[in-house]
Amino acid sequence: MTSPAESRPRDGGIEAVLDRSGLAALVTALQHRGRTVIGPTVRDGAIVLDELDSATALPYGWGVELEAGTYRLVRRDDGAAFSHSAGPQSWKSFLHPERVRQWSADRGPGGGLTVREERPQAVSYAFLGVRPCDLRAIRILDLVMAGGRYPDPAYLSRRTGAFLIAVECTEPGATCFCVSMGTGPAADAGYDLALTEVVDDDGHRFLCRSGTEEGADVLAELPRRAADDATRTAAVLGVRAAADRMGRSMPPVDLRTLMRDTLEAERWDDVTARCLSCGNCTMVCPTCFCTTTEDVTDLTGDHAERWRRWDSCYDLDFSLLHGGPVRSSPRSRYRQWLTHKLGTWHDQFDSSGCVGCGRCIVWCPTGIDLTEEAHALHREASGSQDAP
Amino acid sequence: MTLTPLPYRVVDRREETRDTATLTLAPSGEPLAPFAPGQFAMVYAFGVGEIPVSVSRILDSGRLVHTVRAVGAVSRALHGLGPGAHVAVRGPFGRGWDTTAARGRDVLVVAGGIGLAPLRPLLDTVLAEPEAYGRLNVLAGARSPDDLLYGDEIPSWRRPFAQATVDRPSAGWKGRVGIVTGLIGEARFRPPDTTAFVCGPEVMIRATARTLMHQGVDAARIQVSLERNMRCATGHCGHCQLGPLLLCRDGPVVGYDRAESLLTVREL
Ligand SMILES: Cc1cc2nc3c(=O)[nH]c(=O)nc-3n(C[C@H](O)[C@H](O)[C@H](O)COP(=O)(O)OP(=O)(O)OC[C@H]3O[C@@H](n4cnc5c(N)ncnc54)[C@H](O)[C@@H]3O)c2cc1C
Ligand code: SF4
Ligand code: SF4
Ligand code: FES
Repeated sequence: MTSPAESRPRDGGIEAVLDRSGLAALVTALQHRGRTVIGPTVRDGAIVLDELDSATALPYGWGVELEAGTYRLVRRDDGAAFSHSAGPQSWKSFLHPERVRQWSADRGPGGGLTVREERPQAVSYAFLGVRPCDLRAIRILDLVMAGGRYPDPAYLSRRTGAFLIAVECTEPGATCFCVSMGTGPAADAGYDLALTEVVDDDGHRFLCRSGTEEGADVLAELPRRAADDATRTAAVLGVRAAADRMGRSMPPVDLRTLMRDTLEAERWDDVTARCLSCGNCTMVCPTCFCTTTEDVTDLTGDHAERWRRWDSCYDLDFSLLHGGPVRSSPRSRYRQWLTHKLGTWHDQFDSSGCVGCGRCIVWCPTGIDLTEEAHALHREASGSQDAP
Repeated sequence: MTLTPLPYRVVDRREETRDTATLTLAPSGEPLAPFAPGQFAMVYAFGVGEIPVSVSRILDSGRLVHTVRAVGAVSRALHGLGPGAHVAVRGPFGRGWDTTAARGRDVLVVAGGIGLAPLRPLLDTVLAEPEAYGRLNVLAGARSPDDLLYGDEIPSWRRPFAQATVDRPSAGWKGRVGIVTGLIGEARFRPPDTTAFVCGPEVMIRATARTLMHQGVDAARIQVSLERNMRCATGHCGHCQLGPLLLCRDGPVVGYDRAESLLTVREL
């Protein structure tokens, strides 16, 4: 039942306004439901994602300054909790962890093998502060890890039933380009609750709307007040202003076609001179899913395990065949990365592999910027000299 | 069965060449689902690792037949196993040969080296029902006569043409010398009515497909089996990418109409 504190927003869920204590109650309510709440918090000079004991761990009053190859925490005087864009981690770390055991095997006295499937312990996560771009990244991981013929049990055990609290963006970073990728700064679907943070003369508050029944149930438990027009308007304007302040943009062309038609472009040689093949971009990217396997045995030699761990297409061994790697030049490896993200991902998973979060730009030690590379490829392909 | 392998034991080992052996594996418990020609399994050598290996014969008994060439750590370990040894296998994976598309048509099989292994179940399929197909031609290339696979079976494939050729002949070799494309001119097939099945090193695949297309075989009717690094076989690890294709899922058998543009970009 809808109490007076709720009203119906456009998407049919319920809507209310929370203050800081309402947000704190949200974290507690989720914990009471047996969920592990993960959200942003300040550690080691960055805003990282970690388990939150309470909402006081949120980065109130912290922002970030981002540029190609640069990440810096800055103090804000408005006390906002979510006025920062993507940090070095993404939700991938929790849904598709860096290392998982897939099975273990024992060799008996006669040499016979017993193989035990890993039965992943289901984790009940609540993710607080999922940016719209990252919300899309989770949907993309769903397609990759669970959307095909063989849904991945390790992924499903973490993803199934995860409670997602999106936070719309009002403070984009200089490296963000979600507008180009059609993923933000507003959250349109795929969340249980969506928050929009508003700080103005009327105070610090969060417009909160539900996207699922469970979201509505949780919201109904919280201390809240009815959504008012002033807060609604401030929220909408804040998100709209963010769209106008995107730090980066992609060339306004079909990126998939651009990638397909520029495989032999000279620009790849240019980027190769700057790319160290370090693989940072693939580690921080919220959608890069590639893994390799490790087969290990213990000292007795009779117990073996299969582990899966993150891998990167920048690694020389990634494309190893008997006789050597297919992609031996750094040029071909950067090209694999970019053309996969923006082009062939569509063929493989019916979606772009890039959501415009800008992480790969920030965490590239030499500041390589994929939007700049795409503009350069577009200029080369169209033979034009105009600036990006 | 897709991520966790099932235990099998080696019940037969046949030495094919100095570096290649055919293993027959029997399930220690539950068997895997049946394989189709051109599909592959992920075969695990205890404590060493796991590699993709095609089925080289399909048996009704639930047993698996794999022909393994020793080239590195895992393949060497598997190649060295004898009867009684234990392995673990998952599968079946991938899209195999589309034999239905070849019914009523001439069949041309072109193999280089170990590439004959995934083609043998296809030959078995055609020969089990020869009246359903047109003429069968088998062209097999190998480095030397000693490297030729299934030499004793080749005569049974001659309907009407089966021929082996080697790069380096040895004394007494009565077959052909030279690359396998050199045999295409002797084969007896009607290009517009032919379906070709090709597996071998990538250079050989490209040369063969080019020659066949030149003779009038439609690119879409040239099925090629491609190889890339494969860690998962379930479409999750990203290693087997060839441009838009995930070869463990969209391959390993691909029509040359799709493969051509991908195989002509260096290091794609
Ligand atoms: C679909 C498919 C079917 C195959 N069928 C057969 C077959 O029937 N018989 C046969 O003898 N061989 C087959 N191969 C090739 C076989 O998988 C490789 O020879 C084998 O992986 C080499 O691994 P290794 O550890 O022995 O060698 P190493 O050189 O030590 O390889 C190290 C690692 O690199 C990777 N790697 C190296 N070469 C290859 C390769 N060619 N393909 C995939 N990954 C590779 C493997 O993951 C391996 O663990 C097939 C390959 C594919 C992709
Ligand atoms: S490619 Fe870069 S901008 Fe795009 S989703 Fe990955 S990290 Fe974000
Ligand atoms: S860009 Fe590279 S690491 Fe990322 S998903 Fe694609 S192949 Fe894997
Ligand atoms: S082998 Fe892992 S995606 Fe194909």
